[in-house]
Amino acid sequence: MAADPLIRVTDLSRSFGAHRVLDGVSLDVRRGEAVALLGANGAGKTTLLKILATLTRPTRGRAEIDGHDCVRQAEQVRERIGVVGHGAWVYDDLTALENLTFWLTLGGRRPEPGELQAALAEVDLERVAGDRVRTFSAGMKRRLALARCALARPRVLLLDEPFGGLDPRARKWLEGRLEAFKRDGAALLLVTHSFGRELGIADRVAILAGGRIALDSPRAGLAPDDVQRLYAAHTEEAP
Amino acid sequence: MSYARRALVVAWKDLLVERRSKETLNALLFFSLLLLFVFQLALGPDRERLASVLPGLLWIGFILSGLLALGRTFLLEREHDCWEGLLLAPGDKSAIYLGKLAGNLVVMVAVEALVLALFVLFFNIDITGALPGLALVIGLGTIGLAAVGTLFAAMTAHLRARELLFPVLFLPMEVPVLLGTVQATEALFLGEPLSAVSHWLQLLLAADVIYLTAGILTFDFILEG
Repeated sequence: MAADPLIRVTDLSRSFGAHRVLDGVSLDVRRGEAVALLGANGAGKTTLLKILATLTRPTRGRAEIDGHDCVRQAEQVRERIGVVGHGAWVYDDLTALENLTFWLTLGGRRPEPGELQAALAEVDLERVAGDRVRTFSAGMKRRLALARCALARPRVLLLDEPFGGLDPRARKWLEGRLEAFKRDGAALLLVTHSFGRELGIADRVAILAGGRIALDSPRAGLAPDDVQRLYAAHTEEAP
Repeated sequence: MSYARRALVVAWKDLLVERRSKETLNALLFFSLLLLFVFQLALGPDRERLASVLPGLLWIGFILSGLLALGRTFLLEREHDCWEGLLLAPGDKSAIYLGKLAGNLVVMVAVEALVLALFVLFFNIDITGALPGLALVIGLGTIGLAAVGTLFAAMTAHLRARELLFPVLFLPMEVPVLLGTVQATEALFLGEPLSAVSHWLQLLLAADVIYLTAGILTFDFILEG
């Protein structure tokens, strides 16, 4: 696994007016590795994710996905990333199958026979493939978002609170899916505000505080209590 | 082929959502009907007066319903948090513009056909002879309206005052289109041949080409914000 990092962030800063949200952030995520990025509200976690997803430009520094600059080579970056954010990117009046057809075709790929059904089966939605998404629960929409993401075969997954709104069964299932992404060689950056299952699949834990990476540590050997204590120490916020 | 497929899938998605939700179509139909009632009550049965104002009224009906339809073009993406998805889709973003434009054209033409039929019914006019020419004028005019409207709808989608800004930006840009369509429609209603309005058709065609080209070339920048 000692290859070049798929995600490389170097001395990255981002300001909104006079307010500096990110101030010299550096972080690498390698192939087959998952990093959980923790931080208090407003710490800049989502801003960092948006810069990596080419949705926001940094004020200073550099962010790269698979060697491609997130500002100057946004098109190449977009071909390599999968994003699951707060919104699931699904249209309520389309069926699950129609939603996947839309996003795959818009991404420039024609669905292969049975490919969409297989993707829905992977996320346990094959029985509702023809149902309108309007009837889906939040957890089902999130699973559909993951199916959309998987179809694009991304090398890098950027996840913003991926376990939010999921019941314990769905959380366990998602954990398994994310482990599968890792086994397939994808790099995962999970932005989170909790200490639950996200940490279970993370190989490293990074804490963003004061606009910087205050801690970047292998998760192995860290008990959940240790993470909470470190989090509280770095963010001055009770978890 | 991928470019055309991407544009088509955007139009397919928009039309499918509209067919199922009927949000825009229902509102436009009621609005058009209301507009016709107002016109009918305001103008009364004076046929001479009607003949001189009917082309203008017809296009006021088209442009007001168009304003409502076009202004909603990107609200669907906002309401479903899909804007970022469109932005992150690899490939030339102008395919999204053309897809959105095609979806708008279908909805607008459907509403315009109904408004025209109701006009004929409400004002008891005979447009049988003028229909082929009228179809051409309406087609060219609608492309001009939709090309600018789709672009400005994307531009104003994230603004708080978009309901105000959209018509303020849109209507001045449409002056050449309105001038050409109203003049050509008036001449056709008076029974003049299509050749008599060829200069207006040329103006409409030129406006369409300019607006479409501008839309295709600038949409990427507008979407990226």
